[in-house]
Amino acid sequence: MDYSIKIGGEAGQGIQTIGDVLARVFARSGYHVFTDQEYQSRIRGGHNFYRIRLSDVPVRAPKRQPDILIALDRASIALHMPEMRDEGIIVYDPDMLKQQFDGPSFLDIPFLTLATETGAGRIAANTVATGAVLGMLGFALEQLFDIMDIILRKKDEDIRKRNRLAAQAGRDHAVASCKRCSFTLKAAGPPKMLLGGNEAIGLGTLAGGCRFYSAYPMTPSTGIMIYVGTKAHEYGVVVEQAEDEIAAINMALGASYAGVRSMTGTSGGGFALMAEGLSLAAMTETPVVIALAQRPGPATGLPTGTEQADLFFALHSGHGEFPRIIFAPGDPEQAIRLTAKAFDLTQKYQVPAIIMTDQYLADTQWTFDRISLDGIPMRDYRADAGEVDRLDEYMRHAFTESGISPFAVPGKTRHVVVTDSDEHTEAGHIIEDAGIRTRMVEKRLFRKMGSIRAEMAPPAYFGPPAPGTVLISWGSTYGIVREAAEELAANRVGMLHFSEIYPLPGNDAFDYAGLLNGAARTICIENNATSQFARLLEAETGHRVTDRVTRYDGRPWVLEELLEELRGRT
Amino acid sequence: MAERDKYQGGVPAWCPGCGNFAILRAFKEALAEENIEPGEFCIVSGIGQAGKFPHYVRCNTFNGLHGRSLPVATGIKLANHDMLVMAVGGDGDMYGEGGNHLMHAMRRNIGIKVFVHDNQIYGLTKGQASPTSMEGMVTKVQPFGVFSGQFNPMAMAVSLDCGFVARGYAGDHEHLKGLIRQAIRHPGFSLVDILQPCVSFNKVNTYEWYAQRVYDVGDGHDPTDRGRSFVKALEWGDRIPIGIIYRNDRRSFESRIPVLNKGTLIDHVIDWETLKKKLAETLHEFY
Ligand SMILES: Cc1ncc(C[n+]2csc(CCOP(=O)(O)OP(=O)(O)O)c2C)c(N)n1
Ligand code: SF4
Ligand SMILES: [Mg+2]
Repeated sequence: MDYSIKIGGEAGQGIQTIGDVLARVFARSGYHVFTDQEYQSRIRGGHNFYRIRLSDVPVRAPKRQPDILIALDRASIALHMPEMRDEGIIVYDPDMLKQQFDGPSFLDIPFLTLATETGAGRIAANTVATGAVLGMLGFALEQLFDIMDIILRKKDEDIRKRNRLAAQAGRDHAVASCKRCSFTLKAAGPPKMLLGGNEAIGLGTLAGGCRFYSAYPMTPSTGIMIYVGTKAHEYGVVVEQAEDEIAAINMALGASYAGVRSMTGTSGGGFALMAEGLSLAAMTETPVVIALAQRPGPATGLPTGTEQADLFFALHSGHGEFPRIIFAPGDPEQAIRLTAKAFDLTQKYQVPAIIMTDQYLADTQWTFDRISLDGIPMRDYRADAGEVDRLDEYMRHAFTESGISPFAVPGKTRHVVVTDSDEHTEAGHIIEDAGIRTRMVEKRLFRKMGSIRAEMAPPAYFGPPAPGTVLISWGSTYGIVREAAEELAANRVGMLHFSEIYPLPGNDAFDYAGLLNGAARTICIENNATSQFARLLEAETGHRVTDRVTRYDGRPWVLEELLEELRGRT
Repeated sequence: MAERDKYQGGVPAWCPGCGNFAILRAFKEALAEENIEPGEFCIVSGIGQAGKFPHYVRCNTFNGLHGRSLPVATGIKLANHDMLVMAVGGDGDMYGEGGNHLMHAMRRNIGIKVFVHDNQIYGLTKGQASPTSMEGMVTKVQPFGVFSGQFNPMAMAVSLDCGFVARGYAGDHEHLKGLIRQAIRHPGFSLVDILQPCVSFNKVNTYEWYAQRVYDVGDGHDPTDRGRSFVKALEWGDRIPIGIIYRNDRRSFESRIPVLNKGTLIDHVIDWETLKKKLAETLHEFY
């Protein structure tokens, strides 16, 4: 079984609440769920949709054809009816849409009237709709009631009761009047977790021991700050909304210099403002984690769209030459692990670490049976104050074999901790001496780079041992490419997913370059116009892909579209 | 050995006769008189002649980017609010490149002490106009004279209800030292704008020019009266007031953050086992 539900409406109509609640009901009932959203940069009006896919096997990407469309506005019908599955059902309220639609695919349910009749008021129309969909699918309402109780926990019992009645009325109406509904879904197994991309980065932030998060709001990164903010008190994190992104990264660097783990998050435009700060992090060897949630550019671009076009920007941002670490998780579980790993490595090597996501991943939700925290590195790299005190002299940028200098906490030792954005001595003081300059570049760049590369995990591979075709993905295209590869398995198709992007891992643990060179076709699939990852891959491994599949309309692929792109190539 | 020798830093790369030397001496003496040890405070600076200041003082130092000392200082203060955190910079650094940060640091009233070496010129880049250059000042870049109005840091600070607002003069050693001491003791945000002759590039606002004009606001001025303070802040010309222009007792930003009531962030030691348990509970919220 594999169903898709689409909820369409104007901004402000509450489609996200309906979608989130339904997705949670399905996850709790043991189904594999995948949700994604397309929305516009406005608070009211326009047209947005929310997509839910549910199945009894894992699902990792959206499909095109909805089985059920919940239409909260007329645009939903015009836009999404053509893509409905043949037996699909459009559920809507003729009063709400001020229009009656005829035909076997329409199911009329008076959301507004039922909501008013139960005493819950017009505001509960969405609750009626949610109940109706569950009725169409043959679901009982217990899970929904539990979830509604959580959402309405601040309201009094009377309001909660009326809302339950509203949901029940929607369900009863659907069961009685839906001729086409042949779904019979029962609970499929133990409850699953439903986790979103931005929340997962937030969880990774907490797991990484973050104590200071400063940022300036920018879609699609804001959700990270919001999530960390809701947990700030419990986890002892200071979250500060900075006056701009320049301040955000500089605050994070100040806190980090002072001895606490810190992070900032933004999208491309804000990251552009952080470029000088990134360079400062490198020069002062101050750890910092930056979440870069991409959206289509240039400039303000499509503020709520998705794209993977900032890879080269992340790679080259910041003046001067310095190492950096770049991760690009493919799903929420990877996002937790890689964010925590970014904290570990930025502390260990004192180089900046960047987590790249995009609007698509930020706003998708995935189900998991459980998420294990085993193996998440939890180590303190700060120099012991007693040991620093025993030194005759402490030098923040002391030359060492590894290039890593002891990281003392200012105020905790008898020595002073000095660092400078100018080129500096080992003690951190401004100099212009050519000899020291050369050694500092070697220390910051060459000595660290090899060890950092050795920390990078190889790409994940799914497919036969000697594939004829390899699909290549990085970051957020993991799920869709994996589903495509599974569909094409009969054609000896395998897939590689890169989540540890820079420095690209070596070939010792897994000879992925050999795998690519041995395949007849290698197809790099990216949500950008210029195949940036394919170019990075070629620069780092010498492998030139045979095909480049790109998309740059600001939207993610759905499975059917990607398979169409791949037709004839595998 | 003079008390201030314990703050001995590197050899200044400033021009002979520069007003910065006098500020450096007053600063070290103020610290000595306040009994603050070199490891107990931190100076954050940006770029410019004034930005080099912390290299000439033995202290915890973050010499960051041009204009960006205040956000760095904010991060340090929030990570370790027991530390005395100061920021030093030029008029270009604090009022030009970093103007937005200054405005918001004042709004927060975070406990950072800011000392601006205001020479009314860009020194390090060799003599272009700064936000505090007077209208009409001719430079190579402004051959017809400065057209923009002169930025008034005191008036802006009073209008933003800045915690502690003062002006000093590099040429009045005792007075400046006293101001620095009071700024350090003030719990909220302090701004001390220090008139600093630049002997190499500012041929208008010279030692003589300042000496003829500055006067101490003295006891006759009540710095807690915001209205009168604003009027005082507007004075500039034949007479230039120095001293505490305005002060209030707004609560400091850091004292209002509940997480920090339990102690400094750097002292919240991460117990990884507890963290792991807590995370497992948090993950449970997603079922
Ligand atoms: C981002 C950036 N822009 C420009 C500069 C060049 N620059 C260095 S110092 C300075 C101005 C110095 O004037 P001020 O802050 O008043 O300090 P002063 O040298 O007068 O003490 C400028 C423009 C820089 N270092 N960084
Ligand atoms: S240029 Fe001016 S401000 Fe800079 S050191 Fe020389 S005299 Fe001082
Ligand atoms: Mg200046």
